[in-house]
Amino acid sequence: MYGMGILKGLSVTLKHLVRTYVDDIKYAGRKYLRQENFEERQGLKADGAFTVMYPEEKLAVPERFRFVPFLVVEDADHPERAGEDWCTSCGICAKVCPPQCIWIVRGEDPVTKRPVPQPEAFFIDIDICMNCGYCAEFCPFDAIKMDHDYEMASYDRTKHHIHDKAKLSKPFSYWTSIAPTTAFEEARDRGGWEHPDIIKEFKKSGRTPTPVSEASSQANLNSAAFVAKQKADAEAAAVVAAAPKDASAPPAPVAEATPAVSASGEVSPEERKRRRDEALARKKAKADS
Amino acid sequence: MTDQVTLAPERANTMPLENAVDYLKRKYPDAIKDDTRQGYSGVIVDRAHLVDVARTIRDELGFNYLSSATAVDYLGVEDSMEMVYHAYRIAGGSALVFKAQTARENAEVPSLIEIYPGADFQEREAYDLYGIQFPGHPNLKRILLWDGFDGHPMRKDWKEAYYEEETKPFDSRWPKGYVRRAEELNVFGKNVRYPADLDLSKLSDTSEQSLYSGMGLGVDVEGIEDEEGIHTDKLIVNLGPHHPSTHGVFRMVVTLEGETIVQLEPVMGYLHRNHEKIGERNAWNHNMPFTDRLDYISSMSNNLGYALAVEKLMAAGARYQPPTYRAEVIRVLMVELTRIVNHYWAIGFLLNDLGAFFTPALYAIAEREKILDFFEATAGSRMMCNYMRFQGIAKDLPERIRSVSNLVNDKLRDFNTLDYLTELINERIPRSIDELDRYLTDSEIIKERTIGVGYLPPEMAIAYSAAGPLLRASGVPYDVRRAEPYSIYPELDFDVSVRYNGDIYDRYLIRLDEMRESVRILKQILPRLERTKGESTYAGNKAIYMPRVPIGEAYGRVENPKGELGYYVVSQGDPKGPQNPWRYHVRAPSFINLTPLGAMCRGQKVADVVAILGSIDIVLGETDR
Repeated sequence: MYGMGILKGLSVTLKHLVRTYVDDIKYAGRKYLRQENFEERQGLKADGAFTVMYPEEKLAVPERFRFVPFLVVEDADHPERAGEDWCTSCGICAKVCPPQCIWIVRGEDPVTKRPVPQPEAFFIDIDICMNCGYCAEFCPFDAIKMDHDYEMASYDRTKHHIHDKAKLSKPFSYWTSIAPTTAFEEARDRGGWEHPDIIKEFKKSGRTPTPVSEASSQANLNSAAFVAKQKADAEAAAVVAAAPKDASAPPAPVAEATPAVSASGEVSPEERKRRRDEALARKKAKADS
Repeated sequence: MTDQVTLAPERANTMPLENAVDYLKRKYPDAIKDDTRQGYSGVIVDRAHLVDVARTIRDELGFNYLSSATAVDYLGVEDSMEMVYHAYRIAGGSALVFKAQTARENAEVPSLIEIYPGADFQEREAYDLYGIQFPGHPNLKRILLWDGFDGHPMRKDWKEAYYEEETKPFDSRWPKGYVRRAEELNVFGKNVRYPADLDLSKLSDTSEQSLYSGMGLGVDVEGIEDEEGIHTDKLIVNLGPHHPSTHGVFRMVVTLEGETIVQLEPVMGYLHRNHEKIGERNAWNHNMPFTDRLDYISSMSNNLGYALAVEKLMAAGARYQPPTYRAEVIRVLMVELTRIVNHYWAIGFLLNDLGAFFTPALYAIAEREKILDFFEATAGSRMMCNYMRFQGIAKDLPERIRSVSNLVNDKLRDFNTLDYLTELINERIPRSIDELDRYLTDSEIIKERTIGVGYLPPEMAIAYSAAGPLLRASGVPYDVRRAEPYSIYPELDFDVSVRYNGDIYDRYLIRLDEMRESVRILKQILPRLERTKGESTYAGNKAIYMPRVPIGEAYGRVENPKGELGYYVVSQGDPKGPQNPWRYHVRAPSFINLTPLGAMCRGQKVADVVAILGSIDIVLGETDR
């Protein structure tokens, strides 16, 4: 019969309409109030309207989300290198950047004119940046990372859209807070919370690190402190998770992290120290001869 | 656009490729020679015999589907230009590649439009960007750029405005990277070129007039009367470029007689940015995120096509390792999800074009969101994924799809990735496809608007090089995943969807079919994901940020949701220094699928044009490049 197809289709529309109200009733007026309601509305079981009431509520972005990059600097409470750059101005990010939006002025020793591993200036033109994430992916020092803050509208693009070093720099703790899992995996891969080369460069510049930073950076990775922190994070996440079964399951990386440090072929701290001592001895012998 | 299309004979030829080349060489001993350059394949045809050879290739050897025709400028290498043709058999198999060389000055290659009507737009593009003349082409004018444009930008000696350096990375960025905006350079300085005889006071744009003059106006209509004795003037109407039904900035100039289309001329290029020139400035790795911006609905598939093309080249190198099995599994997972995303979008907006304003589209978009959430958690972006790499993928799937609170009012979510995927693939997507089916398929309004409208017969579809759903809805079961399999498709169980009526309704139905087939593939992917958990997703040393690519050429193609996406890449790089593609060509399905638009619309009503265009499913980011 003519028209049956239309009616059949309209029944789908009607179902959608009804479902939206049923959905509203289900939450008993608390639809927008509770965190777990949000998760359900935005999950696979969602039935009614899927609108997010921006800016009263925002979809938090996942860890790997990438937006205009930032530079990692040491935390303000770091024992000896507070606020110093992780960047060594090696220029790989500027070279690998597809739209070429990164400008780096390599640091230079004022007397000898030799390059020093600190950028003198660092610029990113965020109008050109295409948020591809290559700089973060290929940085050998994990010193540039993709940010999560996407609310960057401004009134004047000529004044505010070239980010300089001051504007780009964010502490390491910020990175661990926006991407805890990724930050941990990276630390595991480089064998310590701080990059061994940065410690090396630091020593080369004539300063000696307190044993605290060197040792603790190694130990932290295996220490109970990190696991505890991860657990706390997991519990915090579990609180917001709707299903109670999730509360018992901490994020998976923790479980596999501790053995992976040694299993991944990383050199142990003692081994690294021994090799460095050997190298230093050779160097000294060469200088003496 | 030619009105008379001579069609290839139906007879299938199964002669193996080597024998086919031998046959050609025997038949044209003087005109054909092997392409013996290092890393190259195929034959070089003397351009005086090109038309005859092409006719033999199509009629006697059965390579009746011209996938790609493009030009390369070998300035400084051989000081010649070259047209490269990739012809396939519609029954499947690999390509017969033939090339025609011409001098750079007064470059001229005979047009193949009579043999392969699908070469129409591609030859116009080569003329536009390379300045190669195609004698025999009935409508040889610029296609992407405007008529007053000076020069042919893809030539190697052409410099764009704000030209900085031949190749990236630019020296000004490091180690003395003092920032400045390109626009702060004097725009009238040395970066901008004008024709020698340019007189601004006499500047007038004649492109519109020349366009209209080809549209059948100026004909004396006084004497023309139809059988009812009514005088009808022909009328030119511009549909677009600023019109939501064109899915972007696409313009169709139509000549109407009453409400009936007499002639339709597509005008494009409003979004042109010379993607290929950018691609040649870029290093190999740089291009990956740029491919996201081609067909921005399905960036994962674009990534895969480019990765496959460059991997073909790299395979000749010593350090090359093929992608790991898990990488292949994840690649297929991603591209099949992308196909579903794209078809949701295509069906939703086809209904928009038919007048069902946004209700079906939003139902489809709501489902698409669930897939994009997964993309965002895995690749870091919802649409510009930039996820594939040569020899693998960027990163393994995350353990959990988990968000982190950062801004005020942020609301969190936390799902187990595999559970999420399992539920998405086994329940959510099939349910929503069924719902779309129930919602739209039987509707009498849709049937009356679409059945029998925009008919494209199968032999025309092949001749015009149509691809993807457009080709398969015309009854040609051609799918690159089966015709020339890549990745792990050979071990997956799925059918090539095909519909036989070749109208808008069948193009809608085939998209539903393909989504169901994609779900079928994804269901086979899930156990493979479980099985390969923890395995490496990248073969080789991932820290290499400037991969070395051996000298040669490669054509990599994938079955994109919109049709066959091909990348023709040529490497001439110094094997030790930094490397850039010598040629980076994109065979864009949206672009070539527009070739039969005029033929499909002729005789239809003006309101149907919008629906026909919607059924082709174009994206202007890819059409205009």
